[in-house]
Amino acid sequence: MSGPGALESRLRDGRDAGRKLLVPYVTGGMTDDWLDTLRAVAGAGADAVEVGIPFSDPMIDGPTIQASSLAALERGTTPLAVIDALAGADLGVPVAVMTYYNLVYRAGDRRFARWLADAGVAGAIIPDLPLEESGDWRLEAADAGVETVLLVAPSTPDDRARAICAESHGFVYGVGLMGVTGERAELAATAGEVGRRLGPMTETPVCIGIGVSTAAQAAEACREADGVVVGSALVRRILDGAGPEGAAAFVAELRSGLDGA
Amino acid sequence: MSGPVMGEPGPGGRFGEFGGRFVPESLVPACQELEAAFSEAWADPAFHGEFEEILTDYGGRPTPVTECRRLSERLGVRVLLKREDLAHTGSHKLNNVIGQALLARRMGKPRLVAETGAGQHGVASATAAALFGMECTVYMGEVDVERQALNVFRMELLGAEVVPVSSGSRTLKDAVNEAMRDWVATVERTHYCLGSVMGPHPYPWMVRELQRIVGDEAREQCRVRLGGADPDWVVACVGGGSNAAGTFAGFADTDAALVGVEAAGGSAVGKGVPGVLHGMKSLLLQDEWGQILEAHSISAGLDYPGIGPEHAHLAAIGRARYVQAEDGEVLEVFKLLSETEGIIPAFESAHALAWVVREAGKAIPTGDTVLVTLSGRGDKDVAQAREMLR
Repeated sequence: MSGPGALESRLRDGRDAGRKLLVPYVTGGMTDDWLDTLRAVAGAGADAVEVGIPFSDPMIDGPTIQASSLAALERGTTPLAVIDALAGADLGVPVAVMTYYNLVYRAGDRRFARWLADAGVAGAIIPDLPLEESGDWRLEAADAGVETVLLVAPSTPDDRARAICAESHGFVYGVGLMGVTGERAELAATAGEVGRRLGPMTETPVCIGIGVSTAAQAAEACREADGVVVGSALVRRILDGAGPEGAAAFVAELRSGLDGA
Repeated sequence: MSGPVMGEPGPGGRFGEFGGRFVPESLVPACQELEAAFSEAWADPAFHGEFEEILTDYGGRPTPVTECRRLSERLGVRVLLKREDLAHTGSHKLNNVIGQALLARRMGKPRLVAETGAGQHGVASATAAALFGMECTVYMGEVDVERQALNVFRMELLGAEVVPVSSGSRTLKDAVNEAMRDWVATVERTHYCLGSVMGPHPYPWMVRELQRIVGDEAREQCRVRLGGADPDWVVACVGGGSNAAGTFAGFADTDAALVGVEAAGGSAVGKGVPGVLHGMKSLLLQDEWGQILEAHSISAGLDYPGIGPEHAHLAAIGRARYVQAEDGEVLEVFKLLSETEGIIPAFESAHALAWVVREAGKAIPTGDTVLVTLSGRGDKDVAQAREMLR
C-alpha cells in the first residue's frame, strides 16, 4: 500500500488537527434498524466506525457482543449481507469491519478482501489473526486496498509491539486490558500503559479499545492515546432498545467527553 | 512434508497445512512461554523422571493390554484392548494433566482452567490440581452438566469450581470458548490445561507427546504378546483426538493401519472442511459462510465440531483413516463388551469398538489382530445408558 489509506488518512487528519478520535462499534445485523443506527452513530461525532460481522464463536468477546452476535445470526445475517449493506450506507466516515478469521478463510482471503474493497470498506480488524498468521491475508488486503488494523495487548513485549505497529494500517488497536470485550466500572491501568508505550513507536494513530465504557473513561484513555474504540457500552444500549436516536445520543456524549478533555 | 510422521511440527506449529496459532494477541505471549517451557522440559530427563514416576506410583501405569477372548471368538478377529479405563480417574486424560500441571508449576502458575465435555478431562484436571495444591476452574456446557451430573459432583469433591456454560450449543465447543475467555483475563497466574490435541500451538503437539505413553506402552506390550509383531490394525475414538494421537504416535512408524473413529454426528473428517477455530486451522463442521455447526452425539466427549490438526494432516496424507460410528451401534457395543468381557466401556471408547464390530470380516479380514484403545471406563455413562436402554 502506497501511503496511508482512507481510514488512516482520516484519523491522522483528525489527530493532527488536535482532535481525539472516536471509533464506535456496532454489530452488523443485530437489529432490524442497525444500518439506521450505524448512520446515526456515524453522524454523532464518530471519526470512523467499526462494524462487527457476527461469528458463531466470538472468542475474545464478552456477554454483550456475544448477545448482539447471536441476535444478528438469528436474524439470518450473513457476512455478505453486512458488507452489501455497507456498500450503500453513505456514512460520511470510513468503515472498518471486525470479524473472526474463519469467516474470512471460508470465503478466501482474496475474495473477502475484494468484497470489502468493492463495498468501500476501508479497514479490517481480525482479532484471532495475530501477526505471524496474518501474512497471507495482509498481502491480499493490501492488494485490494484494505487497511489491516492489528492489535497490541498489555502482555505484548516492546519489540513485538514495534513489529506489530510497523505492519498495522488504519490505526493501531491498543487492547486496554487483559480480558474480553465488555463494560468495566473503571478504566484499567493497563489502558494508559499501552497508550504510553505505543505512542512513541508509531506515526499511525493509536486507539484504545476493550473496557472503555463511559465518556469519562474515554477521556482518561485519550490522555495517553490518540483515540478510543467503544463497543459494548454502545451495543448494550442498542440491545436495550435505544434505537438510532438513543445510540446517537450516547455517541454525542462520548464526543463531548473527548472534546472537553 | 519432510521429517518423520508424527514427529515435531513444522515452523509455527504446522502439521502440513493444519495447526498454527490463531489466538488473540493477548494470548500470543502465553503460548510462546508455554512452547518454550514444554520444549525445555521435554528435553530434560529430570522432567521425564518426575512425570513417569507420578504416572506409575499415583496413576497406576503401565495400564495392561487385555486379550478379549469371547469377543474375538464372536467376531473372528483377534481383539486386544489397551486399558486406559484402568488408569487413575478412569481414563487416559490423567497423562496429559499431570504433564501440564508439572509445566504450570515450572512456569510459576498456581491456577488451572480447563474445559470438559464428558467430564473426564475435568475430573482429571481437578485431580491434578488437588495433587499439586493448585486452584482449578472447570468450564462445562449446561447440557453436559445435566447428562454428567455425577462427574460435576466428583470435580467439586476434588476441590474444583465447575462453571456451567450457557452460551452457544452449551456443550464442549462453548466450554472451550469460555475457558479461553477466562484465560485471557487471568493468564499471568493461570495455565490453560487444554484437554485434547487441539487449540493453538504448542497444545496439539504437547498433548500428543504427553499422551504418547499410551502408544509406546501398547506397542511394546503387543510385541511381547504377538511374538515381536505389531497388530494389523490400531483403532481409537476421536473427538479432539488425544487418546488416538497418543496411541497412533506409538505405531506411526510401524505397518499397522491406523483408524480413528468419530461420532457420526460430530465427524469433522467425514463432513468438515478446513477452517479456523479455537486457535487452530483444522477440519471443522461449518456452514457455507464459516459459522460453526453444532455436533451431536450420545457421547459428550465426542460432541465437538472439529478435530485436532494433526489428525486432519494424517487424514490428508493417508497415514490414518477416519470413520464414523452411529449412536445406536455404540449403545449396542456398550452392552456387548460388558456382557462378553466384563468391561463397561465409556461411550467414547465404545465408538472405536463399534467400528471393529461392524467391520470384522469385512474391512478387517477374518483372523487379523486389532488393538483398540479403551480410552475410559463407562461408569459415568451408566445412568444415561439405563435411560436409553429402558
